[in-house]
Amino acid sequence: MVDQGNHSAPEIVLESVTKRFRKGAVAVKDISLTIDRGEFVTFLGPSGCGKSTLLKLVSGLSPVSEGSISVDGKTPEDARSLVSFIFQDATLLPWRTVEQNVGLGMELEHAARHARKERVAKMLDLVGLSHVAKSYPRELSGGMKMRASIARALVSRPRILLMDEPFAALDEMTRDRLNEELLRLYSEQKWTVLFVTHSVAEAVFLSTRVVILAAHPGRVAHEINIDLPWPRTAETRESKHYEEQVTQASRLLRGVYQP
Amino acid sequence: MKKRWLVLNSIGLFACLIGTWASFLAFARIPAYILPGPIAVAQALYNRYPSLLDSLWITASEAAGGLAASILVGVAIAMLFAQWRGLRQLLFPYTILLQTVPIVAIAPLIINWVGPGIFAVTVVTFIICLAPIIANTTQGLISVDQNLVHLFLMYKATPAQILFRLRLPNALPNLFTGIRISAGISVIGGLTGELFAGSTRVGEGGLGYAIIYANNQMETAYLFALVLAATALGFSFFFIVMFMEWLALRNWHESSRPQEAE
Repeated sequence: MVDQGNHSAPEIVLESVTKRFRKGAVAVKDISLTIDRGEFVTFLGPSGCGKSTLLKLVSGLSPVSEGSISVDGKTPEDARSLVSFIFQDATLLPWRTVEQNVGLGMELEHAARHARKERVAKMLDLVGLSHVAKSYPRELSGGMKMRASIARALVSRPRILLMDEPFAALDEMTRDRLNEELLRLYSEQKWTVLFVTHSVAEAVFLSTRVVILAAHPGRVAHEINIDLPWPRTAETRESKHYEEQVTQASRLLRGVYQP
Repeated sequence: MKKRWLVLNSIGLFACLIGTWASFLAFARIPAYILPGPIAVAQALYNRYPSLLDSLWITASEAAGGLAASILVGVAIAMLFAQWRGLRQLLFPYTILLQTVPIVAIAPLIINWVGPGIFAVTVVTFIICLAPIIANTTQGLISVDQNLVHLFLMYKATPAQILFRLRLPNALPNLFTGIRISAGISVIGGLTGELFAGSTRVGEGGLGYAIIYANNQMETAYLFALVLAATALGFSFFFIVMFMEWLALRNWHESSRPQEAE
């Protein structure tokens, strides 16, 4: 059960964040958001609304032009050890086996070999990939690659997950199943998650809050609290309440597409 | 089945070519010093194989030495280019210069500088092998998926870790493309070098030197045998590199994925 009542501890705070690219285009303009510990916040919006840019800013991979971001009270760069980034592509290194890919972070930190092996095996077990530990990425299906990518992100025991359209390239059934597994892990691990997607249904199913962004420049248009009961399972998608929230979010999103 | 047909076809084609060559000579009256027949070439090959093997060995070691040096130096330069964009932009035009410089023109110059002999020829080979290695490896080092770089940055990877664990393995297929090109021209480099500085003693030297010598002596059949040996040398270099490439990339790279059964 995720405790939605206790949003007293802000984890990620964006204050009037503006990002301008070198050529002058404004990616996001004057965005202020407070994301509490344990929230699952999804960004929805048309292309060009700066969804992915927001994740890059929070991870410190890209600096803000104006305003400020704090993550656990620190700058995004200093907070990196708390954060794992999951990209749209699985971004596995093709020359490494699955277990070598999953252990990459610990290897770069020179973690002890046996500790690494143990942790990697545990994470592979968690995402159901133990049987392909020695396989190379090209031997895996799209869904399996994404699981490996998630296992890799979880190895470092992150407190914050940044997920940039992680399931966009997968077929719907695989995506639904990975959504359910993600929520199961989320309930256990109590991460704070920032998630980017194009799918309203996915956003509603996963989130505690959906933030709808408008484009040119990227800005917050609406925020919807999702109060679907926990735990959420495949049955949740059949409930009336879920349908209502998807309809509500779709309607707001449509407004953003046609200003 | 398909594979066996391919082998049979190849052998058949080869036999046809030899047969055409022999029968053409039987009808046309061409003196042997202009165009020797296949049997004369085979005889020259058989009778003089000790000296032919000596020449082959010399050229092979020059070509292999120059190629190996070009790989070491080329990869090192490519790594510098990948780390410093400014350096790359400043110096990359010179690698193109390296590729376009006529090797025939500078070979005598190099021999003037380092003195005739095996070392001079190795240097000539090194120079013509260098550009493809630098160009291809640099390309592989810098064309890394930006998200992979971001991933490494999220892990607080050092620049050295990014270079050795991300960029270098990523460049391996490109490096092998470069080596394949250079392996082919390394033999040409060796031969060209030897035309100018093949030997310090009469009668001894690599294939290039032996080719000139045989030509001067009008030993055309032996000349043909030498040309065959040089071709075979280039061929085997190429296949050795292909094999090493397969060994290095077979597990993960698309180019070495076995083709679908038909």
